[in-house]
Amino acid sequence: MADERIQKVTMPKWGLSMKTGKVIEWFVAEGDTIVKGDDLADIETEKIAGTLESPREGLLRRIVAETGVELPVGATLAVVAPSDVADEEIESVVAEALAQLASGELGGDDEPAPRIAEIDGRSISYITLGEADGDPVVLVHGFGGDKNSWLFVQQPLSESHTVHALDLPGHGQSGKDVGDGSLDTLASTVLGFLDEVGAGRAHLVGHSLGGAVVAAVAARAPDRVASLTLLAPAGFGQDADAEYLRGFAAASSRRELKPLLGRLFADESQVTRQLVDDLLKYKRLDGVAEALRVLLGTLLDGDRQAIDTPALLAGVPAPVIVVWGGADRILPVPEGVKLSRVDAGHMLHMEAAGDVLRHIQSAVG
Amino acid sequence: MARSISYREAINEALDQEMARDPRVVVFGEDNVGGTGSPGEMDAWGGVLGVTKGLYGKHPGRVMDTPISESAFIGAAIGAATGGLRPVAELMFIDFMGVCFDQIFNQAAKFRYMFGGKAVTPVVIRTMWGAGLRAAAQHSQSLLPVFTHIPGLKVAAPSNPYDAKGLLIAAIRDDDPVIFAEHKMLYEMTGEVPEESYVIPFGEANLVREGADVTIVAIGRMVNTATEAAAELAGAGIEAEIIDPRTTSPLDLDTILESVENTGRLVVVDESNPRCSLASDIGASVAQEAFGSLRAPIQLVTGPHTPVPFADSLEDLFIPDAQKVINAVKTAVEWKK
Repeated sequence: MADERIQKVTMPKWGLSMKTGKVIEWFVAEGDTIVKGDDLADIETEKIAGTLESPREGLLRRIVAETGVELPVGATLAVVAPSDVADEEIESVVAEALAQLASGELGGDDEPAPRIAEIDGRSISYITLGEADGDPVVLVHGFGGDKNSWLFVQQPLSESHTVHALDLPGHGQSGKDVGDGSLDTLASTVLGFLDEVGAGRAHLVGHSLGGAVVAAVAARAPDRVASLTLLAPAGFGQDADAEYLRGFAAASSRRELKPLLGRLFADESQVTRQLVDDLLKYKRLDGVAEALRVLLGTLLDGDRQAIDTPALLAGVPAPVIVVWGGADRILPVPEGVKLSRVDAGHMLHMEAAGDVLRHIQSAVG
Repeated sequence: MARSISYREAINEALDQEMARDPRVVVFGEDNVGGTGSPGEMDAWGGVLGVTKGLYGKHPGRVMDTPISESAFIGAAIGAATGGLRPVAELMFIDFMGVCFDQIFNQAAKFRYMFGGKAVTPVVIRTMWGAGLRAAAQHSQSLLPVFTHIPGLKVAAPSNPYDAKGLLIAAIRDDDPVIFAEHKMLYEMTGEVPEESYVIPFGEANLVREGADVTIVAIGRMVNTATEAAAELAGAGIEAEIIDPRTTSPLDLDTILESVENTGRLVVVDESNPRCSLASDIGASVAQEAFGSLRAPIQLVTGPHTPVPFADSLEDLFIPDAQKVINAVKTAVEWKK
């Protein structure tokens, strides 16, 4: 039995479809003392590149994963242990990890599958991670997004909470009928979802349009909401990149879509071939073009934002925190609003996932 | 929800979903059901390679067997299309199209133009193309260039299951006649395909792989060959960008030109015979539109100007393989003025 003070850092699972990843660069070396949240390495998957923040703290004894080698989710990347653990013990843990890798048992299909809930006559797809008691966390994506946009956030949050990520009507794998597409209709879906999963109360986290949706939920049913975390939410101020929103809804080819997607990020290199492909595949589904067209009417009045989120929040007793990417080009950082800035564009929960995670954690306790 | 299904299943699912969605969609061809007019089991075949199997039971009366008379049933499909149906006719091998060229070239392709836009001909002709099945010269041709040449026809040549479903749904919903060319060596290929219906617009190329050193345009089964070559080239430090046009008419020349403007080199891989081929057409267009970006002569990798041989060893030599693509890429990359 290995010393329980020996801890492994493993290949993370960023999103449902991630099976393997590669370490592109290590930022730490053997012998370094690391703390939770330290940038350990850049990791690249088929879909996205991101920085692995340390889930462990202590002395980094061994780096197991070589850069550029494709490894399954769960593979041991590094070993952390106090200095008084003998080298032989570290070696035996490493040997065990390599044997496990060679056996091919990692990266199996034990992953949670998305589930379907019937809400207001629509099929709503969602995925649940974590089994903690207490108020669950519900993650609500933005316009044109889906539950996979929480890939860097949902898994770490699930260590302390039950975390649901859902696809709003018209999005992801949910039914594509959005009805009138109003904020009220979308809020009804989220409330129906809380009933469906038996959550009397929940911590709600919303990005962009999803931020306005969870605010509308809190306005309608304040007793159902334990806290609100709003990430670059719609409806604060009237400014918006209306050209982006309309362009995203209308784009049908890579050549139209790719330049627009660059505006979502501070670092445009985040827009990978796979990201563009995935969005095109979504946009080609029957019913999506109409859904996005209807939802545009909820978001925009001419070139201005049509939603007034502060008005929705006026009577909400639950704690509300607002986080914004300082380089947001879609919904610019509003004036005169108490908010925390992170170093990112509009997709802050992807681009500054670690910081956003800490803000969410501070809200959900 | 996407799951992994075969190219054959993806085509079957597109037909099934469009028949369920639109009562005007009818499907027919030789043994598309299998068993009509003879004692024994109905739905015995589902076409020669089983692509339409099971549709008869789901859509009774709308999937039909035809006599072995391509000129008659392709003519019937075109007539039915002008009369308001949306027929999907299966012409077993593209090699047999010759017996109905008048119906296709001179009738279907011309109606929209000769009737001042008042007539539409929403017919899809599904057909198998390509070499590799040991089926000899009369069952192995590409012939896509022949159809691409005719204004008024649209031509799709999916290279994978996802594209097969989305392009076939696009073809069925299109108001113009479409030649839908299924590569016979791809029916067993599997890949992720959404359960829902979706449309891949014609004239939108797929960027299969990104790379800065050379642009490879490949069609149909050759996309896999190019991908295999690119993996090996990457080991030698050469990053190839692979573009699959998906439809040869209309052709997404803009995507090809943009790529060549970045890489400065073009290799076109097409298993058609070389003269007046897709390769020569795409090569000529790039030479005309992006000459200033080219750093090396355009390389064309095609079959030779012969019928497809029957001997296994010669057929294998006929079909472009990864090594021929690698050689062409290296010729382009190592070119010195």
